[in-house]
Amino acid sequence: MTKPFIHLEGVSKTYRSRRQEFLAVSDATMDIHEGELVSLVGPSGCGKTTLLKILAGLHDHDEGIVDIGGGDNPFEPGRDVGMVFQQSLLLKWRKIIDNVLLPAEILGLPMGESRERARDLLHMVGLDGFEQNYPYELSGGMQQRAAIARSLVHDPKLILMDEPFGALDALTREKMNLELLRIWTESKKTIIFVTHSIQEAVLLGSRCAVLTAGPARMADQFEIELDYPRTLDMKTHEKFGVYTRRIYKLLGME
Amino acid sequence: MNNISDSARKWALIILVHVIVVVAWHYFVVLGEVPLYVMPTPGQTIMSIFGEYNWLHNTMITTGEVFGGYALAVVVGVTLAVLFSWNATVSEFLMPLVVSLNMIPKVAMGPIFIVWFDYGLGPNIIIAFMISFLPILITTTRGLMEVEPELLDLVKSLKGSRWQIFTKIQLPGSLPYIFSGMKVAVVLAVAGAIVGEFIGSEEGLGYLMQQVQVDLDTPAMFMAVLLITLIGVSLYGIVILLERIFVKSDSRMENAA
Repeated sequence: MTKPFIHLEGVSKTYRSRRQEFLAVSDATMDIHEGELVSLVGPSGCGKTTLLKILAGLHDHDEGIVDIGGGDNPFEPGRDVGMVFQQSLLLKWRKIIDNVLLPAEILGLPMGESRERARDLLHMVGLDGFEQNYPYELSGGMQQRAAIARSLVHDPKLILMDEPFGALDALTREKMNLELLRIWTESKKTIIFVTHSIQEAVLLGSRCAVLTAGPARMADQFEIELDYPRTLDMKTHEKFGVYTRRIYKLLGME
Repeated sequence: MNNISDSARKWALIILVHVIVVVAWHYFVVLGEVPLYVMPTPGQTIMSIFGEYNWLHNTMITTGEVFGGYALAVVVGVTLAVLFSWNATVSEFLMPLVVSLNMIPKVAMGPIFIVWFDYGLGPNIIIAFMISFLPILITTTRGLMEVEPELLDLVKSLKGSRWQIFTKIQLPGSLPYIFSGMKVAVVLAVAGAIVGEFIGSEEGLGYLMQQVQVDLDTPAMFMAVLLITLIGVSLYGIVILLERIFVKSDSRMENAA
């Protein structure tokens, strides 16, 4: 077995204020290999977002090991992370292409090449011809596509997504799920995908980690052995049901 | 096509309502046989520009005071707001004070400013500035602080600097707020300059009004008000123009309107 790209072992994090302590993450243990799409699923307050922020280098962890990269696949914090959030967070005064270029600007990458790459990415996410539009001219789903292109423009090794489709309507959301699978296959990135939706977690993940709240801990993690390319009708397959039932059980909802 | 006819209609209505008011004013005075010293007709008001007063000089003085005080207000208001946004403690400490200061009817501070700064062009600029900078400070501060925390996470995950956050996100994001404060400030700057001239001055349209009031030259007073209004409207027009240039064809224009 090759060395995993991300190695988490007993990671925990407690937020402390003057009056109280709040356990945000505990028992986070898992290995993630390069090119995996890992879904983190669980209720509010289970520490999904905190774990994501630890991986992004935005928060420190209190205990445990967080080891990203290494060997022939070095990982540079502050450079190799792309992020997508529930809101597209596109800058209203920038055209789509200039929004996609934001990370490249922040990192001071050569703009000519980056612009070229941004165009390719907009093509990949299906936004051909919208380069010169402003965000308000795009639908919610299209704005999220632009946000995904933005997360890829500096060619990071790790993409962190925090409920990226949570604000979309159900049909657009399913369509975006398939789009994400396609983008993931084409870009070959390691993606960590936080979601509330058990169905989404199973459909997207090559591996799934289940987090529970009260107290926040990582309850289990397992591989999802569904065939590729994944399709929406897989949701009706028996195997899909086995995975969703397993997650419901872990969340104490059965 | 539709847009052009829409805007033509809008402008036609704007002109129409003003013409109606001027015509109504004219007939009110003529038919009501209102004495000249109470209210002149629009025509008599316009004719007063050919009177003996130095309209050009006084208008230039007032214009200088308004524009000078206003420019100072924009620079100081925006600069202070930027300083506030860079230091949370300073802003938490000073912002409540700014809000209470804003509650003071600033025109009432006029006589005190005269005591502090003496008479003349300079002091009147300062009064116009003091009266008009608070709304700019308040709206700009709000604009600079209104940044989604997740957007900051995104920039920080790339080790973006404080300066990058400021120039790429905060400042452009706060432009609509800056302009909304600037629009409010126009009227205040005009009021400030006129108050200064009323209280103590030897030139300017406010000063002129007080001079002609003694002679009951009401048409000249109306003319002075008209010119003061025109100064304000010109400044407002410039601000709108700048807003069109800087707050470009994005959704924020509609939100601000």
